[in-house]
Amino acid sequence: MPVYKLNINGKVREADVPADTPLLWVLRDELQLPGTKYGCGIAQCGACTVHLNGVAMRSCSLPVSAIQAAAITTIEGLSEKGDHPVQLAWDELDVPQCGYCQAGQIMTAAALLKKNPHPTDEEIGNAMHGNICRCGAYHRIREAVKSASTKI
Amino acid sequence: MNTTHTTSRRNFLKLGSLTTGGLLIGFNWFDNSVKAAVVAGGDAKETLAFNSYLSIATDGTITIYSPNPELGQNIKTSFPMVVAEELEADWTKVKVEQAMLDNKFDRQLTGGSGAVPHSWMRLRKAGATAKYVLIQAAAQQWQVDASACYAENGFVIHRPSGKKLGYGELATAASALTAPADVPLKDRKDFKLIGTAVRNVENKNIITGKPLFGLDFYRDGMAMAMIQRPPAFGTKIKSVDAAAAKASPGIVDVVTFKNNVAVVGNSTWAIMKARKLLKIEYEKDGNIESSEDHDKILKDLLDNDNGKATVQRKDGDVKAAFAGAAKVIEAEYQCPFLVHTPMEPMNFFAHVREDGIELIGPSQTPARAREAVSKMLNVPEDKITLQITRLGGGFGRRLKFDYVVEAAELSGIIKKPVKVMWTKEDEMQGGSYRPAVRYRFKAALDGSGNLVGYQLRGVGINAGNSTREDNFPSGAVDHLLIENVEYVSPITTGAWRAPITNFLAFAEQTFLDEVAMAAGKDPVQFRLDLLAKAKQKPVGAIKYNIDRMVTVIKTAAEKSGWGTKKDVAQGFSVYFSHQSYVAQVCEVVMEKGKPAVKKIYAVSDCGQVINLSGARHQVMGAIVDGYGNAMYGKISFKDGASEQKNYNNYRIIRMKEIPEVEPHFVDNGIDPTGLGEPALPPTGGAVANAIFKATGKRLRNQPFSAEDVFKA
Ligand code: FES
Ligand code: FES
Repeated sequence: MPVYKLNINGKVREADVPADTPLLWVLRDELQLPGTKYGCGIAQCGACTVHLNGVAMRSCSLPVSAIQAAAITTIEGLSEKGDHPVQLAWDELDVPQCGYCQAGQIMTAAALLKKNPHPTDEEIGNAMHGNICRCGAYHRIREAVKSASTKI
Repeated sequence: MNTTHTTSRRNFLKLGSLTTGGLLIGFNWFDNSVKAAVVAGGDAKETLAFNSYLSIATDGTITIYSPNPELGQNIKTSFPMVVAEELEADWTKVKVEQAMLDNKFDRQLTGGSGAVPHSWMRLRKAGATAKYVLIQAAAQQWQVDASACYAENGFVIHRPSGKKLGYGELATAASALTAPADVPLKDRKDFKLIGTAVRNVENKNIITGKPLFGLDFYRDGMAMAMIQRPPAFGTKIKSVDAAAAKASPGIVDVVTFKNNVAVVGNSTWAIMKARKLLKIEYEKDGNIESSEDHDKILKDLLDNDNGKATVQRKDGDVKAAFAGAAKVIEAEYQCPFLVHTPMEPMNFFAHVREDGIELIGPSQTPARAREAVSKMLNVPEDKITLQITRLGGGFGRRLKFDYVVEAAELSGIIKKPVKVMWTKEDEMQGGSYRPAVRYRFKAALDGSGNLVGYQLRGVGINAGNSTREDNFPSGAVDHLLIENVEYVSPITTGAWRAPITNFLAFAEQTFLDEVAMAAGKDPVQFRLDLLAKAKQKPVGAIKYNIDRMVTVIKTAAEKSGWGTKKDVAQGFSVYFSHQSYVAQVCEVVMEKGKPAVKKIYAVSDCGQVINLSGARHQVMGAIVDGYGNAMYGKISFKDGASEQKNYNNYRIIRMKEIPEVEPHFVDNGIDPTGLGEPALPPTGGAVANAIFKATGKRLRNQPFSAEDVFKA
C-alpha cells in the first residue's frame, strides 16, 4: 500500500492506505480525527464536509490518492480555540440539537463565507442545500450563518 | 441485586470523588411516587438505596448523575437548570454526568417525550433538600438562627451580618445533617432560571468536533464490522460464498450467524469493499410483499375485515345516527412506511470477555438492550456494563436494540472487541419502519350542521393499534365507533417519533376540516363548538383537558390573525399527544400555480417551559420533521425490498424548503409535559388544510409532493 503524505490542519500526516480510500475514513480510522462525520457515504448529506484548499468538499467521496498536496482543514482545525466566527455564531444562536450534522454544516458555512462574506438568504440556502440536518435545525443554522457574516 | 449495588457504588465513587468529603443527596429517579430526597453522604448503606445522586464537592462543583440518554432533546442543559433553580446555585457550575446503566434506573430510556416530566419534581426536591441542609450547616457554624440565613448564587448568606460561605465550604458539614421529607419548593413567580433561554452545555464540544458519538468510539485492538442482512423481507440465507470477501485486504474474518453475514476487518473502508464481494443466495421464507400488494390489502381490510376488527371505543348508537343523518361525509387517508434515518447511523461496540460483557454506544433504551443481550448470550445482567454515548438523533429507531444484540453476538463469535456499523443503505432496508396505515372516516351531520356521528376504522401493517380512540373528538360526539384492524407482515416496524399520531393526527385534523366545510362552519369555531359540547355534555370518558385544548386553539387563532388575512390561505390543526397540546396555523400562497407553504404558527401547552431556547428549538425541529416527512417521506417495497436505499432517493427536507415557524408557549405553570414529539403530529393537517384553502384540493395521501397539486 502506498503511504500518503497529507497536509491536514497545517501538519503533515502520513496514512498507509489503499489508493481508493475516501479521505473520510483516513481521517476517522487512521488519523484519530473523528470530528468529520459519516452520514450517507454518497455525497448526499454533507456530514463529512472538509475544506480542500479552502473549498468545501465531501470527504466520503474523495479518494485519498486525488488529494496530493492540497491543504485539508477539518472541524478540528477550523480554529485553534473553537472561536472561528462561524463556531461562535453556532454557540450564540444555540444551533445544535443532536449535533451530529453540525461539523459538516459549520465547514460548509465557513467555506461559503470565505468566498462570499455577505451572502443573501438565497445564497445561503444554495450553499447549505447539500447539508442535511435530520433534527431540522435549519432555521438556526441559517440565522447563525447570517450572524457570522456580520463578524467576518 | 447485591452485586449490582456494589457496582453502582463503585461507579459512583469513581465519578463523584466524594471520598474527599462533600455532600451527597440521594434520590430515586424512577419510583412512580415522588419520594423525598435524602442526605446520603454519611452512610454508605443509605447511598446504596438510591439510584440518582446530586453531589456537591468541597470545591463547589455540583454534579447530577442522570440516567437519561441524551439525543438532542437537551436534558444535559435543562436538568441542571431545574436543580440550580431550587438550590440557588450558579447553574453553570452544575454538571450532568451520564450515569452508567444500573438495574435501578428503571426509566433509563428516551422516548415518549418523558424525560423532563418524569424528572421535574425529583430534581426540584433534590435541589431544595441540598439547599436546606447547606443553610442549616451555615447557621450551625455561625451559631445563628437558620431563618436569618438565605441562599443565593452558590452561597449561604447571613442576612443581618452579611457573612457568607460557599456551598463547597459547607458541603461536608451539611452531609451530617438530615432534611425534612417535605422541603419547601420555590413559588414559580420566584423562578429566575426556569423558563429562560439557556444555551446547550454541549455546544462547545459539538462545534469543535469532539468525539461524543458512538460511531466516534475507537479502541486499540478493536475490530470493525458490517453485517449483510437479507435485502428483502420474507427471505433467508440459502448459501454464502465468502471466499472473495475473506481474501480482500484488511479483512480478518467473515462469519455467518442467523440471517447475517458479518464482514470483520480492521478499517471501515476495507469492510465496505469486502462486503460487496459477498455472494449470498437467498430463498423464500414468508410472504414477499410489494407496495401494490399493501395498497390492495389496506383497502380490502377497510371494506371487509373478516371479523378481525377490534372495537377500540364505542359511544351511543352509530348505526342509528348515520341512518338519521342529514348529511354523511366519508374520506380515506393513507400514509406510507417511513424510515427514521437519524444522521448518526446505527452502531455499537461490544466486547464479550470471559468475565463479562462491555457494551458502548448510542441507545434510547439501554436497560432493555442489556436485558436482551443477557438473554441472548446467557450472561447475567450484572456482568454486563453498558455505557451510553451521545446519540446522533434517534426518532425512535434507537428504542430498538437489534443493533446492540447483534454486536454482542458477533463479538462472542469472533472473540474480539468489535464495533458494528450500519450504512444508510442498511438502515433503509433494515426493518424498522413507521408502519403504513390507511384510515376511513365517516361523519354524520344533523340538519343544523352538528356532528352527531363519527366513525374511524384504521388498518395498519404491523401497526398495533393504529388509532388513539380517546383523542378528540371522542367525548364530543354522541355516537362514535373507532375500530382497528392489524395486518401482520414480514416487514417489521417500530416506534417513529410520535408513534401513530405522526400520521393519525394529519388524517383526523384534515377530516375534521372536511366536516367543518360540509357543515358550513369555520374550522376553528367548529372545533371550539365540539369542545364546548364535550364540556357541557361529555360522552363517555374524556382523556384530554378541554380547557387546555381550547386555550391553545384560541391563542393560535389570535397569534396567526386567523380569518383576517386576505393574501394568504390558512389551515388549522390541533392535537393532544404525550400530555401536551399544540395548535398550528399554516399559511400558504400560490407561486407559479403551485401552493407554497410559507409559515407555521405553533402554540404549545407543555406546562412549565424549562429552557426556552431548547423548547423553541424542539418545536421548530418537530415541525420541520413533520412537514418534511409529510411532503417527501416514503419507503416503498418491491418484492420485499425497500426501493429507497439512501438520501439520493429517500428525500429529507433541506434548508431552502422549510417554512418560517413562529413558536409560542402557553404560560400556565402546570408541571412540564413532553415536548420532543407533540409539535410534530399537528403539522401535516395544518399544511393540508391550508393547501385546500389555497387550491380547493384535498390532500389525503402522503407524501404530499406526489399529489396532483404539486405536479406541473
Ligand atoms: S457522508 Fe459524505 S455527504 Fe454524506
Ligand atoms: S443537529 Fe441532529 S442532524 Fe443536525
